[in-house]
Amino acid sequence: MSQTTLTQAPLPERSHKETRSLVQRLATFLYGHPRLVTALLLAPPLLSFIVLYLGSLVALLIQSFFHLDNFTGRVVREFTFQTYADLLSPANMDIVLRTAGMAAMVTVADALLAFPLAYFMARYASPRVRMLLTLGVVMPLWASYIVRVYSWKLILAKEGIIGWFFAQTGLTGLLDGILGLPVIGGPSLSVSPLGAFIAFTYVWLPYMVLPIVAALERVPGSLIEASGDLGANSRQTFRHVILPLAFPGVVAGSIFTFSLTLGDFVVPGALGNSSLFIGQAVLAYQGTSGNIPLAAAFAVVPIVIMAVYLLLARRLGAFDAF
Amino acid sequence: MQRATDEPPTDEPPTMDMDTRRRTTGDRAEGESASVVENKTPVPAVSFHNVSKRFGDVHAVDNVSLDIQDGEFFSMLGPSGSGKTTCLRLIAGFEQPTSGSIRLHGIEAAGLPPFERDVNTVFQDYALFPHMSVLENVAYGLMIKKVPRRERLKTANEMLDLVRLPGMGQRKPSQLSGGQRQRVALARSLVNHPRVLLLDEPLGALDFKLREQMQIELKSIQKQVGITFVYVTHDQQEALTMSDRLVVFNLGRIEQLGTPSDIYERPATEFVAGFVGVSNLVSGPLAEQMSGVSGTFSIRPEKIHLAAASAAVQPGYCCVQGSVRDVVYLGMYTRYLVDVDGGGDLTVVEQNLHTTSMNVLAAKGNRVSLLWAREHMRLVGSETGDQRTANYSIGQGQSEHG
Repeated sequence: MSQTTLTQAPLPERSHKETRSLVQRLATFLYGHPRLVTALLLAPPLLSFIVLYLGSLVALLIQSFFHLDNFTGRVVREFTFQTYADLLSPANMDIVLRTAGMAAMVTVADALLAFPLAYFMARYASPRVRMLLTLGVVMPLWASYIVRVYSWKLILAKEGIIGWFFAQTGLTGLLDGILGLPVIGGPSLSVSPLGAFIAFTYVWLPYMVLPIVAALERVPGSLIEASGDLGANSRQTFRHVILPLAFPGVVAGSIFTFSLTLGDFVVPGALGNSSLFIGQAVLAYQGTSGNIPLAAAFAVVPIVIMAVYLLLARRLGAFDAF
Repeated sequence: MQRATDEPPTDEPPTMDMDTRRRTTGDRAEGESASVVENKTPVPAVSFHNVSKRFGDVHAVDNVSLDIQDGEFFSMLGPSGSGKTTCLRLIAGFEQPTSGSIRLHGIEAAGLPPFERDVNTVFQDYALFPHMSVLENVAYGLMIKKVPRRERLKTANEMLDLVRLPGMGQRKPSQLSGGQRQRVALARSLVNHPRVLLLDEPLGALDFKLREQMQIELKSIQKQVGITFVYVTHDQQEALTMSDRLVVFNLGRIEQLGTPSDIYERPATEFVAGFVGVSNLVSGPLAEQMSGVSGTFSIRPEKIHLAAASAAVQPGYCCVQGSVRDVVYLGMYTRYLVDVDGGGDLTVVEQNLHTTSMNVLAAKGNRVSLLWAREHMRLVGSETGDQRTANYSIGQGQSEHG
């Protein structure tokens, strides 16, 4: 019955040519040309990516093959490996190895701290608890990074809360013992590689937690049940099923923690001793001493380290499941 | 289609004799299985005693008691949410019962984690490890048992032969079709030679033709390996085809337990009559008129014969008059919906042995007699109520393929 009423109702008179606006005609045209739409959508990001990002990277690479004339203090724009030879000098290699070592330690520490938290968030937490935990992980990122690093300087200072805690518990001797250790120690936590390590581990932790949560969320519960069903205890299931499947997340997180540490100059500046990190070296060479080629060569180091790291990760099968 | 990638069952699968089983079973106590065989009253493979499982306020399994015999192909049939999958998970050890006791081969299973039970599961989504090759997947259980690499890969290859996937070992699960993944899952769960194999709707994701083929293969594999199969399904046809015995679940309770023919021909409850196959449920005055007893009866549509309105009634037969309201031609057979004089309707199914679509469609509106042998009427409930017909979608879904 409803059908008859529908067909009997007078159709609205519509002459297409007159009522169609320019916008409508444009919409019709674009609908018929999907490739044009793709091109229009991709042009701005691609342009900025190629020109600004890749362009500056290439400029950086080119700069690193120039060198600074030590007499005139000017950059000689000729192709040479001399800057890279400078980079390999013991003093500069010291900086590179110190930074890479710190980045590796921070990455391992963050992975160890993040994994249990991420596992709890992905597998056991109720949606509400998970939301609260995610908020808790992300919230520090809302505050200024400089402010957070300098608050660590206060926390780690001799008169800070950690020093106070050790004094109250009568363990000042232990703290002094730790600070007396070579390589990691220093006059106080706030002026030692150990202090820089603690602050690094703290500031980059969210970047490790979130990718691991994302990776673990993608592991179906039935895989874990299947492993147990086939005779694996919890440790074996973790080793053979959960860890391999979460590994891409750990790798993604470690790319963040590792590369962020490699390029950072704020934390070692605020909390370290006088020995430089790559970020500080880049800052010093391109600013005060005007040695842009050496600064560029230093900046290439993290790129090379990350490239090697990713190749190794792929060799280890980090991306096999995808 | 799926068919192209999965070979049809042409040759016999490689046999797996008792010797091979013994050898690969390895450390299992031989005396234990021998004693079960010798025992006059064998210990059930799985035994539920007053088992209940609650999730919050929901009674997923409600006071269930049943025994599954050793070597049996046992199906748990029911609609979704009926508790059949929960029962399976209770046997596997993924869930612990709220109350009651579960015994596996006479041993109390309460508190035993899944990895300490001699039970393996084929999961509904197959749950193949995506980061491992097919061979590594199948060999997983042996790797956990620390079987040497060479030996476990050899056994895994034998299992792949058993499920007709020879030479597929190096592929990743993502490179296989649904039917092939299903076979890998089966091989993986059989590699440990469990005493009980649990299958959770393993054919649910396959298309109709492949499902039929896998039903036959599963049954033949079960006969070869001689393991107790506990098979969960919502597909009544699957349960009837494959099972030695089956149990019908509804709302966490057992509706009926018996052989396929028991369940189909003698449904104990209205629910079973409606869920397993297609049934006409008749109650109220019409039932009394036909049988002389009040109550709810079920009659299978194929047991009713359509005859001319004046047809003679043989002794022992029931007869009602009516007119054909609707005719659905389904190729192999035709479904008639007949309005019965005195109220209600009955569904009748007749094979198209001599009739064509023209003949049967012309029957619409005709006056007819409906005849059936009294023995085919099953009393399924004594409560009085309106006459109802229950046509469950499963029966109709089936007919679309036929």
